[in-house]
Amino acid sequence: MADLSVNLLGVTLKNPLIAASGTFGYGREYQELYDIGVWGGVSVKGTTLQPRDGNPMPRIAETPAGMLNAIGLQNPGVEAFIREEIPFLRSKGTAIIANVAGATLEDYIGIAERLSEEDVDLLELNISCPNVKRGGATFGVTPEGAAEVTKAVKEASGHPVMVKLSPNVTDIAEIARAVEAAGADAISLINTLLGMRINIHTRRPILKNNVGGLSGPAVFPVAVRMVWQVARAVSVPVVGMGGIASAEDAIEMMLAGATAVQIGAALFSDPLLPFSVLEGMQRYCDEQGIDSIGEITGQVRPWNQE
Amino acid sequence: MVEGRFTIVNRTQLTDRIVDLWIDCPALAAEAQPGQFVMLGAPGFFLRRPISICQIDRTGGFLRLVFEIKGEGTRALAALDINMSVQLLGPLGRGFTLPEGGRTVLIGGGIGTPPMLSLAMALPDTTAILGFRTAAAVILKEEFDAACGEVLLCTDDGSAGERGFVTDLLRPLLETAKPDRVCACGPIPMLRGIAELTRAAGVPAELSLEERMACGVGACRGCGIAMLDDSGRRVIGRVCKDGPVFPSDRIFL
Repeated sequence: MADLSVNLLGVTLKNPLIAASGTFGYGREYQELYDIGVWGGVSVKGTTLQPRDGNPMPRIAETPAGMLNAIGLQNPGVEAFIREEIPFLRSKGTAIIANVAGATLEDYIGIAERLSEEDVDLLELNISCPNVKRGGATFGVTPEGAAEVTKAVKEASGHPVMVKLSPNVTDIAEIARAVEAAGADAISLINTLLGMRINIHTRRPILKNNVGGLSGPAVFPVAVRMVWQVARAVSVPVVGMGGIASAEDAIEMMLAGATAVQIGAALFSDPLLPFSVLEGMQRYCDEQGIDSIGEITGQVRPWNQE
Repeated sequence: MVEGRFTIVNRTQLTDRIVDLWIDCPALAAEAQPGQFVMLGAPGFFLRRPISICQIDRTGGFLRLVFEIKGEGTRALAALDINMSVQLLGPLGRGFTLPEGGRTVLIGGGIGTPPMLSLAMALPDTTAILGFRTAAAVILKEEFDAACGEVLLCTDDGSAGERGFVTDLLRPLLETAKPDRVCACGPIPMLRGIAELTRAAGVPAELSLEERMACGVGACRGCGIAMLDDSGRRVIGRVCKDGPVFPSDRIFL
């Protein structure tokens, strides 16, 4: 049996699989189906200082090999997270990644300070939610903005800070370098790609928000490419996500440069996915003679370019 | 809650747009309650489709799912046939409350009719009001006749039963033979009308809602509904988890 555990910023994840923010709530719902302690970590629903109602319905649309969402950061606020969700998640023996979001720099600083003394393993800074006006994406799409919020949160936070990048940018490596220089301890990517669907009969967008974030297997190759580009551009650990729907996908993402991976939308197609991914990873390690899954991170052998 | 692959043991078409599947899934049938639903995998599609449970056969271990072909996903589901297997997650959500006694009026509008059948079969004293667009769209009439004390039928065009809406049939019942409760599933305008009539009559009502869903278990917050929580605070609840059946005085339609 290969060792599937990985080390992310000093936190030992029992395996490299993290439930992706926004697809897993705070873990309670899926706990009714299986023990969520199977996950190496859980990145919780994007949490803000105050509770948020989110966007009007419909918030969901099917797409070829994926989906659009425009939830709009509906969440119960950081106080409810601290009071009710941290103790629950801690009891399940999985790493707690607090995904935090805000509209202003003060929001981000406030929530980072509020969580500083709380029992979470790391912060994941959501500067890339595409579904909220000033939902952080205004920070996430320029190197200056991303660096500014990263620096401020780093100064306010008592926890390691992982910055989650938006793919809706021209040069992802440039943004990654900027947040690394501003003090990011790790980088996760990709958030959703901005998309749109229109009902041709009513001529209305399907989403009430008009546009929404694309996730699922449709975005996987884009995510692999961006993880690869970022992993080559920075020296901090990279957590890869975007369309992972199998053990093979997770392995591919690690080869591209990911220390750990997040799995999200594919849970809607297969809620028991973490089990088959772990089995497949173990099988791959056995076949390849790998002792520890961490050995494959960044081990893609790119072709030489003339 | 159970996730697994299960076999279709019967498939019929109730109308040109409405499909009737029986699925051999003892683990789900054992837990299922009237008003709950399942997430059914549609071959070739990323998201599963929420389908209400029409009938529960605990002895045989079967669930009956009746759904309308509305878009590409449900068209793929309609292509499923006997002996094929389907991916199912369920039973999900909060169903109808099952009272000890009293008389219940069940109301189904169009494709909102199927979930009312499992409730009709679980309650001893029921009157059903079923509404459809036209005679060709009428489904499950014989099953309701067998399960209910009385069945009132109406169509928009009068081609079967009374001409009019279910609310036209409910109004006199609330005046002359007030039931202890009303349970309904159907289009939002119909549910709004029922909520108003029952509120005015002082009769409690439970309404089953529909919404686009992704996870089906309450995790993704995709299917929000403005509602009052237990402390009377207005919150955005989840149709899949806090419902799909809600007390009518708790939701804002």
